[in-house]
Amino acid sequence: MKQALVSWAGSASQFWIVVAVVVECIVFCILSPSFLTIDNFVNVALQIAIYGILAVGMTLVIITGGIDLSVGSLVALSAVAAAAVMEKLGGQPRLSILLAVALGIGLGLVAGAFSGLMITRLRVPPFIVTLALMTIGRGLAFILTGGFAIGNLPLGFGFLGRGHLGPVPTPVATMALVFAAGYLLLSKSQYGRYLYAIGGNEEASRLSGINTKRVIQRVYIINGGLAGLAGITLASRLGAGVPNSGLQYELDVIAAVVVGGTSLMGGTGSVMGTFWGTVFIGILNNGLNLANVDPYTQKVALGVVILLAVLLDRMKKT
Amino acid sequence: MQHHLGIGHLIRILQSAIGNPQSTIKNMPLLEMSDITKHFPGVLALDKAHLSVESGECHALVGENGAGKSTLMKILSGAYVPDSGSIRLDGEVREIDSPITARRLGITMIHQELNLLPELTVAENIFLGHELVRGPLGWLDKRAMEKRAEELLESFGQKLSGRVLVRKISLAQQQMVEIAKALSVKSTIIIMDEPSAILTDRELSELFDLIGRLKQQNVAVIYISHRLEEIFKICERVTVMRDGKTIQTEAAGRLSQDQIIRLMVGREIEQFFPSVHSHPGEEILRLEGIERADTLHGIHLRLRSGEIVGLTGLVGAGRTELARVIFGADQPDSGKIIFKGKEVVLKSPRQAIDAGIGLLTEDRKTQGLVLNMLLRENTTLANLSRLVRRGFIDIAEEKSVTKKFIQDLFIKTPSTEQRVRNLSGGTQQKVVLAKWLFTQSQLLIFDEPTRGIDVGAKAEIYQLMWKLVAQGIAILMISSELPEVLKMCDRILVMHDGGISGELSREEADQEKIMALAMGLNQSASAS
Repeated sequence: MKQALVSWAGSASQFWIVVAVVVECIVFCILSPSFLTIDNFVNVALQIAIYGILAVGMTLVIITGGIDLSVGSLVALSAVAAAAVMEKLGGQPRLSILLAVALGIGLGLVAGAFSGLMITRLRVPPFIVTLALMTIGRGLAFILTGGFAIGNLPLGFGFLGRGHLGPVPTPVATMALVFAAGYLLLSKSQYGRYLYAIGGNEEASRLSGINTKRVIQRVYIINGGLAGLAGITLASRLGAGVPNSGLQYELDVIAAVVVGGTSLMGGTGSVMGTFWGTVFIGILNNGLNLANVDPYTQKVALGVVILLAVLLDRMKKT
Repeated sequence: MQHHLGIGHLIRILQSAIGNPQSTIKNMPLLEMSDITKHFPGVLALDKAHLSVESGECHALVGENGAGKSTLMKILSGAYVPDSGSIRLDGEVREIDSPITARRLGITMIHQELNLLPELTVAENIFLGHELVRGPLGWLDKRAMEKRAEELLESFGQKLSGRVLVRKISLAQQQMVEIAKALSVKSTIIIMDEPSAILTDRELSELFDLIGRLKQQNVAVIYISHRLEEIFKICERVTVMRDGKTIQTEAAGRLSQDQIIRLMVGREIEQFFPSVHSHPGEEILRLEGIERADTLHGIHLRLRSGEIVGLTGLVGAGRTELARVIFGADQPDSGKIIFKGKEVVLKSPRQAIDAGIGLLTEDRKTQGLVLNMLLRENTTLANLSRLVRRGFIDIAEEKSVTKKFIQDLFIKTPSTEQRVRNLSGGTQQKVVLAKWLFTQSQLLIFDEPTRGIDVGAKAEIYQLMWKLVAQGIAILMISSELPEVLKMCDRILVMHDGGISGELSREEADQEKIMALAMGLNQSASAS
């Protein structure tokens, strides 16, 4: 047991990030009495749920050596599209909710497929494709709503964002599910292995018989679908489809993935690392709030901490 | 033999006493590396290695891949920092903590993998990091740099404009630019890592002339090469390394090739080329009139299981292109591929692999392996489906499969969980071989299987190839090394300018006939 623990500490890239989370918790315990309460932990879990869902997809994309800047906008687009459907079909709540969820996720899948096609068939760099899609998606969200939030959603729709499964808030359960699926996919499945292989050496992968285009195409579809899922979860939580929701989520999500030890160069990284990265940033935001640090200073602190976390990771590797 | 101690040595001592005032003061070598140790994850790359080099000598550094030559030289040139040990230059202890420090101390390294920037000009590359400037604002003096660059290249017989982009010149020319770059700064030690690998004979003799001149200017040249003949031509002394240790330093004239090889591998290679006779079986591959624009013309070829067929020719003759067509990486414009009696259309490597064809690419690092992945993961990459149980990879099974390959192929690794990046070149090549054996290929194409691999590993790869054909696998071996083609292959196909210019049986083939066919001179082929 002890040996297993030691070898895990030595090999797992998560070791230092877990240490960082623990240190962070100790510091905030001292700074604020209300930090170490069950209520607060549920609160943190709720706050990171949306980011967590997005971070899993982003991890997969970044491992292939790609990037997806469009997820924040896709969150907004699927949120307002879902809200718009429910507004139109207000008479039939059950049907409208089902359609809204399907449309929200479907839009994400389609947008991801679009990015994937541009990247694999037309060879446009992922950064450019998804940067363009980020602007397009945001614009469409505003066009669709005329710039206003769409509220007054059917009661049942609130379950996704504000409901509970037993004691667990639904978004937290969704996040847990996504993390579990992402973990299995990445570390146990053939597809996951191919993601690492392509990120490590695309040509060698192709010559090993891997259909690299298809694998990359699909990773953007998965990521788009998760953005759609995050979008409807957020709409449900807010009780409205808000066109400027999800603003700059992509950057926070990329930060969480990178803090979790996934390399932007591709080829290395893990879902577990991303989990801890997300937790780390979630707790940091929460703790600084509780400690009454003003929001501007919080931003500076967050930036500094991201740098430190990545530096720590570097030092460990050399 | 007993006279060896004597005269040369004596003359040297006398010379140094009379002619060279510097070395009479303190008879100190120019460079003294001692007890250099360096660890990489899971590997002890250098184990108290030492090296002593005099000024004005060409010092050969030889050893198998993974013996630690490159690591030692990277430490000398500041790319790596050693864990322990000391470096003295002219008797003074120096910390070389970065390539910049090394350059300031007059140490320059010409890397095996060329480090030029393709989008910059020849002159810009040569002066990268020490550009010539003029005026108070330090504007780049392009014209002066171009002129100086051309002079430098001219000084060893290269006519090349300083203004041309590096991506537009040949690999051999790029190598020359690398050398010019090293000469553009004042160097006291120049390290050349396998400089001859991509040079033609003419360029090689120019390189040797240049080394001769450098020696006259009292520059020390450290020369890493697997080609022992070269070493005897130009080097005064040889240092042999093995397993991260320095085994011996000796005057080149006092060692024979066999002795050096023995020191390198630490054992006798009794049978460098196993002389097994193969028993070819049924036809497995037939190509009929394969055409591909600009690269392949009217290729006809037959291959039987259980035989090794060599495919040779000059660089650019179309060998690799032909391999890519057979492997489905490129598609022919016309012509038929008949595999195991059936006509097949191979649109992707996947289809070729599924049919039973494997390709060991020319370049392991960029095309054969995912360096960041584990040995186990690389081994199974081309046939992962075989290990999938209910949607998940059976890792336990994967490990045991890999262990079997480690045993069968004598792969030198601490475990299945080693990153391929940390393995030596010869070992990496075996991992690539394991990958294709795992796909149960019946036809393996080896593209330059022994390039950049040391003697010991070469012999092992040859033996493995013979073992495979004995099991009924067909091998198409692309190689530029004629001795290996002559000894290994049952038949030899020679390519010239996109076509097959002739076929020779093992009995009738010799270097002259092959070269004649490779150059497109037809007479010897029709005569035989």
